[in-house]
Amino acid sequence: MIQDLLQQIINGLTVGTAYALVALGFTMVYGIIRLMNFAHGDIYMVAAFAAMTLLVSGVPIAAALPLSVLAAIAVALVMARFAYKPLFDQPRISLFLTTIGASIILEYGAMYIWTPQTHAFPYTFANPVFSVAGARISMLQIVMIGVSVVLMIGLSVFVRSTKLGKAMKACSHNMAVARLMGIKVNAVVYMTFIIGSFLAAVAGLLIAIYYNAVYPLMGFKICLIAFASSVLGGIGIIPGAMLGGLIMGVAESLGAAYISSSFRDGFAFAVVIIFLLLRPAGILGRNVQEKI
Amino acid sequence: MSAMLERLSSGTKRLAASRWSVPALCGFSLVLPFILPSQYWLRIAIVAGIYAILALGLNLIAGYTGQLSLGHAAFYGIGGYTSALLALKLGVPFWISVPIAGVFAGVFGLVLGIPTLRLKGDYLAIVTIAFGELVRLVFLNWNSLTRGPMGLPNIPKPVIFGYVLRSNVAFYYMVLILVVLSVLLLKNLVNSRIGRALVAIRENEIAARQIGINVTELKVKAFIIGSIMAGVAGAVFAHFQAYISPDNFTYMESVTMICMVVLGGIGSLPGSIIGALVLTFVPEMLRSFAGLRMVLFGLTMVLLMLFRPQGLLGRRQR
Repeated sequence: MIQDLLQQIINGLTVGTAYALVALGFTMVYGIIRLMNFAHGDIYMVAAFAAMTLLVSGVPIAAALPLSVLAAIAVALVMARFAYKPLFDQPRISLFLTTIGASIILEYGAMYIWTPQTHAFPYTFANPVFSVAGARISMLQIVMIGVSVVLMIGLSVFVRSTKLGKAMKACSHNMAVARLMGIKVNAVVYMTFIIGSFLAAVAGLLIAIYYNAVYPLMGFKICLIAFASSVLGGIGIIPGAMLGGLIMGVAESLGAAYISSSFRDGFAFAVVIIFLLLRPAGILGRNVQEKI
Repeated sequence: MSAMLERLSSGTKRLAASRWSVPALCGFSLVLPFILPSQYWLRIAIVAGIYAILALGLNLIAGYTGQLSLGHAAFYGIGGYTSALLALKLGVPFWISVPIAGVFAGVFGLVLGIPTLRLKGDYLAIVTIAFGELVRLVFLNWNSLTRGPMGLPNIPKPVIFGYVLRSNVAFYYMVLILVVLSVLLLKNLVNSRIGRALVAIRENEIAARQIGINVTELKVKAFIIGSIMAGVAGAVFAHFQAYISPDNFTYMESVTMICMVVLGGIGSLPGSIIGALVLTFVPEMLRSFAGLRMVLFGLTMVLLMLFRPQGLLGRRQR
């Protein structure tokens, strides 16, 4: 019983770290330009498909993974430059609808290129399983958690102590003042997109290997989860997104195990609704009164 | 691109403003069944009419009141399933089951609206998406009632005053009447005190509250009216298709509806109808590009936002 619970928590934490990575990119972009990037999850999908295509055509894994991450970042930059940038000063509903349009292009473009089916990820990971207090944890799970934790720590250090990281923080506080202080705001915005897509792409590769599945709509659900995680922790707050991602992973895993597995995806949505209603500012956020 | 759209829009606007536009449109829609080349296109016209009702209702919520709802397909689905189940399980006649479907969808609109409508823009959008997905998951997993992914087949054809609406032509006129009723309802509503208050809420919520508008109440009311219209549209759709499944009520449906509203013009009633017509007929004409159809759809949306965010008939706003 306890072992079973522990097992579910381990499984939940594994996917939760990947959710946290996607949520980080989402929350950073929101923090800086107040944009809900609905196509963020699709970057995660693009990375997985790019890696699959490269591996199938015989590129070794050590080259395929970095190349696919680069491809995903390139797609995100094209999107940011040509679809989002011209609209930065427009009403937010226009921008939001643009990201939905971009996400439709990516999802259905992927269906056109790779068919709507679920593909197996053509790489098998040597995966010994260890036993911890009666629960099983695989090498792959350890790697996933390890990679995610390293990236999260790296990001925290980056934001706290590099010049660019500080510029990002400044922009998220007040863009106009940041510009007056001589910060190249545009460069900071693009850099945020690059970092966010990098994290999402890594998460996409990890999840594709973990579930051994790649499909065009894999980004849709993850995007809602990333949003839920960011909101859960407090949107725009980096540690909040990490915490939110882990909570979402564990909640989904426990919900599927103990409540109903056919509603697996439903838990993420239910958590979004409940949290937005009860505490829209999130766990680590503060309520901000709207000014007139 | 921009200039072309501008010309197209001003042309359409001039047409819409002319004295003859309303009688011409009525005449055209009355003879339409006899000039369409085949039953197939007539069916598409009926679907376009159903979408027009959906887009009109959504325009009241998203266009006039400015509440971005991306879960409209949920109310459409609730209406469809309610009416279909009433007809199949209890043998309730069409003219009773359709209003019940509308009321039922409206009740869900109330239940979702009261707590969520105090959320702003993007947050509301996400809650409505989540709600839409939850409703679809319920359709998909409540096997004993909805037959899950297999859907509900053999939904009976409507019977009105003993007359069975078997032909597409009869169905077309029924949908046309519903569209006209929706337009009249909304036209009266948006040109009234309530309509102006809704626009005030969209333009500046805080200012609207300051001048004494009960913002929450009006937002919820608009949401309920939109939901009822979606429920009715769903019921009509169910009896028209004679078969519904959870696939009819996906997130993509909600996005399509919001696209119709935005393409036609936020806060423009003729715009919603034009949006519904264009986005139903054009994808049908693009059937030969089957795979790329949705990609073009997404591309249209991005280009539209870039070059004409206010839609064909909308006014530029801040």
